[in-house]
Amino acid sequence: MNHDTYDDNYIRSILNNVKTIAMVGASPVNVRPSYFAFKYLAQRGYDMIPVNPGQVGKNLMGKPFVASLADIDRPIDMVDIFRNSNAALPLVKDALTLNPLPKVIWMQLGVRNDEACALAEAAGLQVVMNRCPKIEYGRLSSEISWMGVNSRTLSSKRAPVPTQGMRLSLNRVSVSGGGTNAADRAAQIKDDKNNNA
Amino acid sequence: MTDRLPGFATLAIHAGAQPDPTTGARNTPIYQTTSFVFNDADHAASLFGLQSFGNIYTRLGNPTTAVLEERVAALEGGTAAVATASGHAAQVTALQQLLRPGDEFIAARKLYGGSINQFSHAFKSFGWNVVWADPDDISTFERAVTPRTRAIFIESLANPSGSVTDIEAISAVARKAGVPLIVDNTLASPYLIRPIDHGADIVLHSLTKFLGGHGNSIGGIIVDAGTFDWSRDNKYPILSEPRPEYHGIKLQETFGNFAFAIACRVLGLRDLGAALSPFNAFLFLTGIETLPLRMQRHCDNAKAVAEWLSAHPAVNEVNYAGLTGNRYNNLARKYSPKGAGALFTFTLKGGYDAGVSLVSNLKLFSHLANIGDTRSLVIHPASTTHSQLTDEQKIQAGAGPDLVRLSIGLEDKEDLIADLDQALQA
Repeated sequence: MNHDTYDDNYIRSILNNVKTIAMVGASPVNVRPSYFAFKYLAQRGYDMIPVNPGQVGKNLMGKPFVASLADIDRPIDMVDIFRNSNAALPLVKDALTLNPLPKVIWMQLGVRNDEACALAEAAGLQVVMNRCPKIEYGRLSSEISWMGVNSRTLSSKRAPVPTQGMRLSLNRVSVSGGGTNAADRAAQIKDDKNNNA
Repeated sequence: MTDRLPGFATLAIHAGAQPDPTTGARNTPIYQTTSFVFNDADHAASLFGLQSFGNIYTRLGNPTTAVLEERVAALEGGTAAVATASGHAAQVTALQQLLRPGDEFIAARKLYGGSINQFSHAFKSFGWNVVWADPDDISTFERAVTPRTRAIFIESLANPSGSVTDIEAISAVARKAGVPLIVDNTLASPYLIRPIDHGADIVLHSLTKFLGGHGNSIGGIIVDAGTFDWSRDNKYPILSEPRPEYHGIKLQETFGNFAFAIACRVLGLRDLGAALSPFNAFLFLTGIETLPLRMQRHCDNAKAVAEWLSAHPAVNEVNYAGLTGNRYNNLARKYSPKGAGALFTFTLKGGYDAGVSLVSNLKLFSHLANIGDTRSLVIHPASTTHSQLTDEQKIQAGAGPDLVRLSIGLEDKEDLIADLDQALQA
């Protein structure tokens, strides 16, 4: 599995199929990226669980914070890691003790840990690294096009007007590969440099 | 299953556009509005805080303009784009995100005369110091690099000379220096050259020219290739450091490989204010749908006219990279194999006076200061676009006194040749 570039269908199937997402490192501060990614995914209909041991006793958009993955009272489909790259390995180890196992480990934009990734994949989980689920959801639905971002997708179908809490169709024609080859190559060079450093 | 990747002509028509959600209108509507209502206070706050996707105010973004931005980003192979009121506005908006007073950028000497003026005077007054280099001698770029260098700026096909720049060689200099390569791709359009494929980190256009193609609107655009790591060192604090006005978010950390485009929008358009009109965005979108057909015809016509002129006894030399034997012909074959563009220059044996006479005798070619129209255009750069330069700068920019520039349009090539023939005989 190549983790420098992802086929759109890989990301699309994950975002179409997961329902419950535990976000580790979710912040209650409403100007932090983790806060607004949490909020966006909740508004798009995902069952979001904030995980942050420093915030237990508080709520994020009405959802109570839990201290760790083990404290979650229901099966989770995906663990979204909003921590630094080094924290990913112990978090994946924690995730692999859950019963049932989560299906997906997702590491945020800027977060990459190949050892943690290999461990999760060996246990049969799908892994995404160095991506933001909010950006990917916005891209595949083309909602992000409002900011002039290249969604790398096409559609000749009339889309519904997005409303609060609505899931958007992610099943547009992908132009991926034709669009960000250059960006993917640059990311790979950066990863190689970091791994060699 | 991997989707089949659409080709360039398909993207030119479909990228960024889809039927209007509310009306079903198939063509992109013109959202001729200054502002957009918020759902509630929370929605407004999240839009202003860059937390939600959506529209606020047309200076910052507009749904018609966003279709244009995504389309050009797709055609260039970039991650995002930001449209501006003109090509010059694109340049100042892009460079403002990279340069602080006292910083430097290296620019090719062979540029559109208006860019040379903008860099030499307006930018100097901001404390942004241009250092000139010769695109025909890559070592001049290497030697121009200093610790204050923040970008390298070139044109893919240079105006007015039509010369072809070795993008990959200059990209290598930029990588070694740890600065982004900015390529003005106006003359080539992405149909002929996609600079990002050759190592560009930022691509700029005057949309006014071939992308619009019909000589009806002024506009510009900035394309983010998503290739540059702005946080590697402390050279680009706008992208790597917390933004006080946006609650301390770091743009690259938050927006990843389209952070530069976001900076151009939420800082550049917000503060410099050079937004594109939605009506102009609509006209550009209509133009871009036929870009592949038009560019090929421009190139085919230009080659025919250039070949005819090369054999004319009143003509001294034709500078068209599409001609065999031209010094840029090898670079043209490498970077622009479908054709060397619509623009070229030639010199007349009769010198300055012969140039002035030719321009006044032409009946079909229009004498004006633009390029990339459906109509064929002629200009004598030494007395017009480049008249504000010194004589030395004119020659360095490829605009000497005996030189005439043509921008070949989409008419029948036989009619263009007949017009030149009568004007040279008169």
